[in-house]
Amino acid sequence: MSVAPSPPPAKTSWTVRTREKAVEALPPEKLLPDGQPTYVASWIYVFGVATIASLVVIVASGVILATKGPAWWHYTGIGHFFNSVHMWAVELFFFTMVIHLWGKYWMAAWRGGRARVWVTGAVTFLIAIPTALTGYVSQQNFDSQWISTQAKDAMNATGAGAFFNVTNFGQMYSWHILLFPIAVVALVAAHVLLVRRHGVVPPFVLADAPRSAAGAHSAGGAHTSDGAPR
Amino acid sequence: MSRRDDTQPWKGAYAPYDLIKELCIAIGVIALLAVLLTVLFSSPDDKPSTIAQWSQQMPVDFLTTATSELDRTSATAEYGPPYNHNNGAVQHAAFLEPQVWLGVSHPIDTANDYVIGPLGSIPGDPALRSAIATYSAAPAKTQTAWSEAYAKGLEKATVAADGSVTVPSGEYGPVPSMMNSLLGLAQSGGLDGALLTSNQFYQTDYTRPLLFMADGGLLAARAEQQHLLGKQWGMMNETGSYPGQVWLWLYTFWYQIEPFQNSTNADLLVVLTMTVFSLAFVCIPFIPGLRDIPRRLPVYRLIWREHYQGGEGV
Amino acid sequence: MNQIVLGVGSGVLGAVFNLNHPAHVVHWHFFEMSVSNIVVILLMLAVFALAIALPFPGAARRRGGAS
Repeated sequence: MSVAPSPPPAKTSWTVRTREKAVEALPPEKLLPDGQPTYVASWIYVFGVATIASLVVIVASGVILATKGPAWWHYTGIGHFFNSVHMWAVELFFFTMVIHLWGKYWMAAWRGGRARVWVTGAVTFLIAIPTALTGYVSQQNFDSQWISTQAKDAMNATGAGAFFNVTNFGQMYSWHILLFPIAVVALVAAHVLLVRRHGVVPPFVLADAPRSAAGAHSAGGAHTSDGAPR
Repeated sequence: MSRRDDTQPWKGAYAPYDLIKELCIAIGVIALLAVLLTVLFSSPDDKPSTIAQWSQQMPVDFLTTATSELDRTSATAEYGPPYNHNNGAVQHAAFLEPQVWLGVSHPIDTANDYVIGPLGSIPGDPALRSAIATYSAAPAKTQTAWSEAYAKGLEKATVAADGSVTVPSGEYGPVPSMMNSLLGLAQSGGLDGALLTSNQFYQTDYTRPLLFMADGGLLAARAEQQHLLGKQWGMMNETGSYPGQVWLWLYTFWYQIEPFQNSTNADLLVVLTMTVFSLAFVCIPFIPGLRDIPRRLPVYRLIWREHYQGGEGV
Repeated sequence: MNQIVLGVGSGVLGAVFNLNHPAHVVHWHFFEMSVSNIVVILLMLAVFALAIALPFPGAARRRGGAS
């Protein structure tokens, strides 16, 4: 008894085209590799994942704060505990992120077509700053009174104050717990997927390195490569 | 002279590397660090100032501010967009005037919103009603003369033990009567509520009470004690001795030097400057010179020393 | 301005070290920074230097790694 073969996937199917593009860009062994090039051999490489870990702790503690509402942490010890964890996780986030970016700068990690990796990382840093600002003005304590009445001048001077009112707690809280986190997480996801796509940037080739079948080298003799994008 | 980027894909050796395990370890370590820092240091939570506190602790400052709101000479009254159509705080850079372009989106009429409106909510006070009516019916020049005289009188005011304020006699019209009622309303806590819920029952917008307090001296006095003023590089600081927003160092730096420091357009100029720097930061891969520094200053030799010493397997 | 309520939060329950006092500050010409922020910056520089300088475990595994 023969079984009729299933029809080939339609090339006009958006689903098929999306799936094929995704799998071509990031096959499973590239999305979740179980090995890394042997030059990944420095503690500087852990600061990217440390930044992600900090973001995880920020979001987790933020979720707990959100479940109980913005006033909770002022009048219970456990609420204050999670607020403290949230605050220190933010300090750790910026701490690890800046060390990560120092390392990536000195490795010129944008080389080999990796400019978008640098760009998504840099934009993440820049977006994290107003994310933190909206958090600071949402604290509902003296610090938020001062920061909001000061920051309003820069916002107003640029015209942003017309639609982004730092003294409006409801608006700032909404941006802080929803809109900015979505942007940060989306940027981090794009950043990590681009790293998986392109791989960790290889080392500079030394000018006095011997030609070798293994390892990165340029066709015209060993020399260092600069950061011009493809 | 820049060279083409000739970084080739890696064709050399790989070693086992467990990314998921690394992520889990990182989350554990960071979570532990965050909890440790919490146990050691907790976090700051300085209670907010209220208009009630302000009027109780600094009644003369409160009344001076309220008078300036009444005669529309306060910082908020003269601010300009987005609160009103004046230009006391309007900033421009060359032809750029985005503050004006975006217009008045959060209108505040300081005289009505901060003084006359809240006084109107005080029930059963015929003398106050009469004072408000007298003030409202007077010509603008007379109103201004009363307010200015009262503000001058406040410079020599005395504060009684119960928090009430007495000014030397002068030609103030109904202003002292109005202001004393406002002071009483504020000290009882009623003005905090009145400024917040004047438009609707549910409210999350603290713009009015915050701008009112910022026009006075209490917030700035507390801020100076906590090293939060602009000239104290306060943008980077947190209340108490906690670490603050270290990443804002370059942003606040500009405010400390000329031409920003004494410019009336300082905020706009600093934002424009930081926009340029931020764009440059994002575009480092495309900027000759800036992108070549890592190659010229070989920190990479330290980072990849194991690789250069032939640590890779072939 | 005799009494200014500092409004120190009640939330220092359980903190081993109380940081709820005005910060010590370093002044140098127009430069002014709190000691806590300076500590954070110095820590970042130190951690960066250590991250680059300290050997990363697994060298033997990488020497025996196959492509």
